[in-house]
Amino acid sequence: MYKYTDFDAAFVAERNRQFRGQVDRRIDGSLTEDEFKPLRLMNGLYLQLHAYMLRVAIPYGTLSGRQMHKLADIADRWDKGYGHFTTRQNIQFNWPDLRDVPDMLDALAEVDMHAIQTSGNTIRNVTADHFAGAAADEIADPRPVAELIRQWSTDHPEFQFLPRKFKVAVTGSPNDRAVTRAHDIGLRILERDGEQGFEVIVGGGLGRTPMIGKVLRDFLPRADLLPYLEAIVSVYNLLGRRDNKYKARIKITVHENGLEDFGARVEDRFAQIREQFTGVDQQMLAGIESGFALPDFREASEAGYLDARQHYPALRSWADTNLAPHRIPGYAIVTISLKAHGATPGDATSAQMRLMADLAKRYGHDELRISHEQNVILPHVHKDDLASVYSALRAAGLGTANIGLISDIIACPGMDYCALATARSIPVAQEIATRFDELKLEHDVGPLKIKISGCINACGHHHVGHIGILGLDRAGVENYQITLGGDHTQSAHIGERAGPGFSAEEIVPAIERLVLAYLDLRTEPSETFLQTYRRLGLAPFKAALYPEAQADAA
Amino acid sequence: MPRTFSPKVVTANDLLKGDVIYQTATGWTRALSEAEVLTDEADADLRLIEASQQTGRVVGVYLADVTLVDGTPEPGHFREDFRARGPSNYAHGKQEAGTHV
Repeated sequence: MYKYTDFDAAFVAERNRQFRGQVDRRIDGSLTEDEFKPLRLMNGLYLQLHAYMLRVAIPYGTLSGRQMHKLADIADRWDKGYGHFTTRQNIQFNWPDLRDVPDMLDALAEVDMHAIQTSGNTIRNVTADHFAGAAADEIADPRPVAELIRQWSTDHPEFQFLPRKFKVAVTGSPNDRAVTRAHDIGLRILERDGEQGFEVIVGGGLGRTPMIGKVLRDFLPRADLLPYLEAIVSVYNLLGRRDNKYKARIKITVHENGLEDFGARVEDRFAQIREQFTGVDQQMLAGIESGFALPDFREASEAGYLDARQHYPALRSWADTNLAPHRIPGYAIVTISLKAHGATPGDATSAQMRLMADLAKRYGHDELRISHEQNVILPHVHKDDLASVYSALRAAGLGTANIGLISDIIACPGMDYCALATARSIPVAQEIATRFDELKLEHDVGPLKIKISGCINACGHHHVGHIGILGLDRAGVENYQITLGGDHTQSAHIGERAGPGFSAEEIVPAIERLVLAYLDLRTEPSETFLQTYRRLGLAPFKAALYPEAQADAA
Repeated sequence: MPRTFSPKVVTANDLLKGDVIYQTATGWTRALSEAEVLTDEADADLRLIEASQQTGRVVGVYLADVTLVDGTPEPGHFREDFRARGPSNYAHGKQEAGTHV
């Protein structure tokens, strides 16, 4: 696994030392809140509704067992014994005291982790396909490139005060699991004439003005990556609007200036700076790549697993939903659901974190991944070990067989925690999952992505959910709008608003009507919700959502 | 006719713990029921200014609407209701035993 260099360790230690001094000066009154706020945000510390929140980066979603253990220790010592995994492959601690945060950051540094650039108008934690390095459909592991971007963007002197935050995602697979088209820059590794390069997508994003990213270069040679990224961010840095926060993201810059104009400026800038990149970046990339070498896979029989499948229906059901094809025969990618029916999406207790870390160490080449869908992945498990892994997970409340199904819901923290939220999201997710578990329908319903945001900023990705739910404040009451037909994959699409919103009491029954209507409308069980929606459009689903309107019109 | 001024309390987050606090006549409390209720606009503005000067103790001071039930302030908006109570997924925050002062 990739190890940070002494340079990284020294940088993080120095930053932590500075932040400790800044916290001391805030507490003794030398710094006002206005002075302190940008400093704490640069180090991932927010002030939320009920407490401070520390957002820790998990670059490209990759963790070792030792790192996961440290997160568990931090949760126990300085928080309330749990952590919340987010849609940006971060973990958030919801209850730290201000005085303890410097110690928490020092504890993170012991395992090469930090909270730098998890907030503020900088290039944020670089995300990647959570199956990276393991997926059968992968062209190349995106993580070496993501790590190169992390090193380039961390404390980049030109990009510490961008017009707005800036998010980069990378995938190395044609099946996009990193939502690259909803990022400021999305990178897809492609192969052309035996050479690897990148499709560079720019100006995607959700939030109040959702946009699907546009292709700026359909094939960028590999060696041009950093200078080209630097050119894009540099053009945005000058051209992006600073007069209006809501028009400051690069998606608006591209939209207002046009892709052609924006692209021409990028090419000009690229031509200017290309030769400054002498190839050192490529040498560094080669060094980084060696840190992502595949583990020593073992060969073993699958007979025991196949036999266990025959005898244990629960194992079979879990394996059918929670496993993905691995590049190495005999191996599987295990997704551990953090979506037990009725639980908070993305939360793991310290005991669960330790168990997952121990399973990774014992059965998974000591690797864990965090997905933007708020689950944890053991990327390399031999099928021979699946029965043991499953029984250990199940005993810890981590054996839910629901990956990709209706209860595998993305939900932002919403108004239960977030100071920006306009309504709650967690209880809606909990109630939908509980309801469909009672109905025993979710395996029959099949693949269905519900994504819930508690405000227009769309951390819960509602625009790209097959069913999206957006919580708003309508005249002092929580109100939930439904969007339909969104898609987060390579065929990314923004969902269509179904109609007037629903109250907190009405939203779960409305989702139930919608899903039952789908079961009636599909041509056969293999036609997914999204396929049915694409075939029929909004009308029949709208009829199910608003039966009164139908009755009135009749 | 002057518009009526709805009752308010001064609220903020505690600098060290980050939790929700309310201004009293003499200091701060963690319970909304103990907050000083402000029914006069000029008085409320003054108390807000006084609170915002205490930068070594509190963060993010503002006036929140309350409704009076038998003379005791209760949240005027659902956001304030969550702030006064804590999150709905766990009994954390002010719902935890021992946090009521």
